[in-house]
Amino acid sequence: MSYQVPKFRHPELPVNDLGYTKADYEGSISTLCAGCGHDSISGAIVMACHELSIEPHKIAKLSGIGCSSKTPTYFLGKSHGFNSVHGRMPSVVTGAAMANRDLLYLGVSGDGDTASIGMGQFAHVARRNLNMVYIVMNNGCYGLTKGQDSATADEGSVSKKGDPNVYSGIDLCGTAMQMGATFVARSFSGDKGQLVPLIKAAITHRGFALIDVISPCVTFNNNPQSTKSYEFVREHAEATGTVDFIPMRKEITTDYDPGFSHEVTLHDGSSIHLYKMDETHDPFDRRSAINTLEDHRSKHSILTGLIYMDKDSRELHEVLETSQRPLNQLEEGDLCPGNKMLENINASLR
Amino acid sequence: MKRIESVNDFVIKFANVNGTGSASANNMFAKALFRMGLPVSPKNIFPSNIQGLPTWYEVRVSEKGYLGRRGGVDIALSVNPQSMAQDIREVAPGGYFIYDNTKPLDLRLIRNDVTIIGIPLTQICNDRYQDPRQRQLFKNVIYVGALAALLDMDFKVLTNLVQDQFKGKEKLVLSNIQALELGNQWARTNLECPIGIRVQTSDKVGDKILLDGNTALGLGALYGGATVAAWYPITPSTPVVDAFEKYARRVRIDPGTGRRNYAIVQAEDELSAIGMVIGASWNGARSFTATSGPGISLMAEFLGLAYFAEIPTVLFNVQRAGPSTGMPTRTQQSDILACAYASHGDTKQVLLFPGTPKECFDFGALAFDLAERLQTPIIVMTDLDLGMNDNMSEPLAWDDDRTFDRGKVLTAEQLESGIEFGRYMDVDGDAICYRTYPGAHPSLGAFFTRGTSRDEKAVYTEKGEEYEENMLRLMRKWDTIKEYVPAPEFVPSGRETDTGVLYFGTSEESSREALDYLAEEGIYMDAMRVRSFPFNDEVKSFIEEHKRVFVIEQNRDSQLRTLLMAEFEFGPDKLKSVLCFDGTPISARNIRKQIKMHLDGNNVTPLHRNAVATGAGGSK
Repeated sequence: MSYQVPKFRHPELPVNDLGYTKADYEGSISTLCAGCGHDSISGAIVMACHELSIEPHKIAKLSGIGCSSKTPTYFLGKSHGFNSVHGRMPSVVTGAAMANRDLLYLGVSGDGDTASIGMGQFAHVARRNLNMVYIVMNNGCYGLTKGQDSATADEGSVSKKGDPNVYSGIDLCGTAMQMGATFVARSFSGDKGQLVPLIKAAITHRGFALIDVISPCVTFNNNPQSTKSYEFVREHAEATGTVDFIPMRKEITTDYDPGFSHEVTLHDGSSIHLYKMDETHDPFDRRSAINTLEDHRSKHSILTGLIYMDKDSRELHEVLETSQRPLNQLEEGDLCPGNKMLENINASLR
Repeated sequence: MKRIESVNDFVIKFANVNGTGSASANNMFAKALFRMGLPVSPKNIFPSNIQGLPTWYEVRVSEKGYLGRRGGVDIALSVNPQSMAQDIREVAPGGYFIYDNTKPLDLRLIRNDVTIIGIPLTQICNDRYQDPRQRQLFKNVIYVGALAALLDMDFKVLTNLVQDQFKGKEKLVLSNIQALELGNQWARTNLECPIGIRVQTSDKVGDKILLDGNTALGLGALYGGATVAAWYPITPSTPVVDAFEKYARRVRIDPGTGRRNYAIVQAEDELSAIGMVIGASWNGARSFTATSGPGISLMAEFLGLAYFAEIPTVLFNVQRAGPSTGMPTRTQQSDILACAYASHGDTKQVLLFPGTPKECFDFGALAFDLAERLQTPIIVMTDLDLGMNDNMSEPLAWDDDRTFDRGKVLTAEQLESGIEFGRYMDVDGDAICYRTYPGAHPSLGAFFTRGTSRDEKAVYTEKGEEYEENMLRLMRKWDTIKEYVPAPEFVPSGRETDTGVLYFGTSEESSREALDYLAEEGIYMDAMRVRSFPFNDEVKSFIEEHKRVFVIEQNRDSQLRTLLMAEFEFGPDKLKSVLCFDGTPISARNIRKQIKMHLDGNNVTPLHRNAVATGAGGSK
């Protein structure tokens, strides 16, 4: 059940160029677990759209199924939203974008939605270079079905059940680059300072823009060593049968200088390495971007920031040479050739 | 031997090797007869193969205008040694077997009750042409030339046809006419012409056209204002989008900018194709996809979303023989139940059943109006027989004053006028609610579309009563839909009768013909052609007013009959099945035979349906 956000706002909230406050970009109150990384990403989306002064109703937000796909309810309340079918958000966005090229298409997906059931659609929407922002809220597990490993979980990582994951994890950034994505970035939900500018860059990019955002699951992605936390969750889950009673946890935030590798402790006590590219990295060179990505992967560190961008990208509407006027605004006169032509066709069929 | 003698009334079956260019030559033969004023129905019976397997092409000529499959073969023309044994076996006693006798006929195949005519086609080609490809292609044209002599066709019609077909390609015109003459001369010199079966110019065609249903559907989409087409290649529906694209390239280019007023996306699979259609329609563009059986199975989940979230969706299903991959190049009407109740949960989908190319065009365009008016998927159910064969049809027509019915969509001005907007609020009492397009207004009219349960304002809810009320509204909408979908066609027998027949789609022609045969024997039956699901009230009354109703359909499981029983609660005793599911179009003789089996004191329903099929001898 969604709640309405209280209408009360500070009277002197800063406004953007359109005269909108940040509140004009917010949605309903989140029903995700308290402290969920996804909520930080929603906040970053709100901030990015506000700072870019995009009219909220000129955005269409679409998602698939899963925890991540619930989030479009929690931001951009004045935009049309579409919570579609598991793994099939890319096709719905493709159709929507074909119908009206003037809107901004923001797709939100998770790692199950994108890397498993929707892998095919993800690959092909990247390949078609559809003009959209594709944000993956990547927590390496299936939250709504209680924590199974997802396809992005790294090999050897320990699930809630205690079994190490035996399959290699899919690197969505690497996959997207192989498929022809023209904007590829990775970030961390706790790093708003990095994420907001990346979202702004992705919105600005004309073509397919992927941001793979690592977003820890506070409820199910626990390290087995963190027994206190693990036992706590298990006891409460058994008692209530729901996940809504997880107590508030402090969100992880990180702030670090470019050019350094950082160890960030997650909710469950495990750590990931974050590495920000230094100034010498050229995100406009595809081959070096793939190499850099691979280098970091082999060192078990997670490369974040803008990884690759094709500045000369030609998005799908350009490839298909569709009319500048949105197709959904064309009328009978533009579309229907009339009876005269039909008579000619008839004549050719006799 | 009593030879078959007839004028303007016969069935000829060509037996060829797939990939040798035979279809276009056979088509030329059929179209020449059509131009002579004779109703023809050519049917391409082809394998799921690009080159090498046997393929057949059957042409029925009927001055009376019967266009369905009659059953039986009067003339077989075989240039394929692989199928020759079967081909000669199929010829009716007294019929004719024409074959390439460059290699003599196997003595064991010779029949004394059939006139056997040999033409050394390979030899003639080898003597005349050096290029192997030409030898293969012109062999077909040569036998068409020979047939013109054997059947006493108007040769001028053939040469005119070649000139029209290859307009601007003089070399091709010349070489084709030469090949026609070669065959024609050989036959006149060496054979007794004409044979007992012949044709003569008539006037039974009028202003009719010869067109395949797939092209007609593509044109329907074009005229219906479709701008976004998404699809995945699958036989036999692929030509629908091909046709849409062909004509869109001609008439949908913006004169000022040269840019396209349409977008066609070849999807990675059928799931994606229907997803794109739903996305585009949600965003206010008219959009469609075309598919066949396996695609329908894949689209099922999305069809449930479109039904529940009430998103206009246009889907053309050109049915083929299932289940699974089935017989991909053979016809059936076997997706009725899969489409009518497509998707999990309580779903009902609107189906339209066109019977002719003209109706493919009309329903193809109408589907967009209905989808937007009714805010639900509209599935146009055609089949391979209608889709891929040239069918004689009324000419296509469009009323230039016609406007698109875009349904209930609120504009920015309407939103500002202060009316209360709830995406799923039944304001007008017809259970159809108002929607808005994304981007409609800066602060009003936004809503969240979802496949989960929600309240009237489109806000997520798991309250049982709100869910239930919404599901009941969808049932009330189902009643509204009945007022919009095409009404059935009633064909009274003109006599007192307590028996009726129901049919739909491509079973129409054969059914009408079978009824004529039965009437000649003094058996009269009222007929009704169903054109849509939900069934209109007329369908219910028709069944109620008759003691017994035969339901004619081209599938094993009596799917339309099942649907009638499910929707109206008629008992199984009242509705009797007449079926054909061997992958060929149902024939008039088959229908007559099955109906008579029920009537001639054989009032016992066979225990198993396969008894019906065996008794009917398949399509023969």
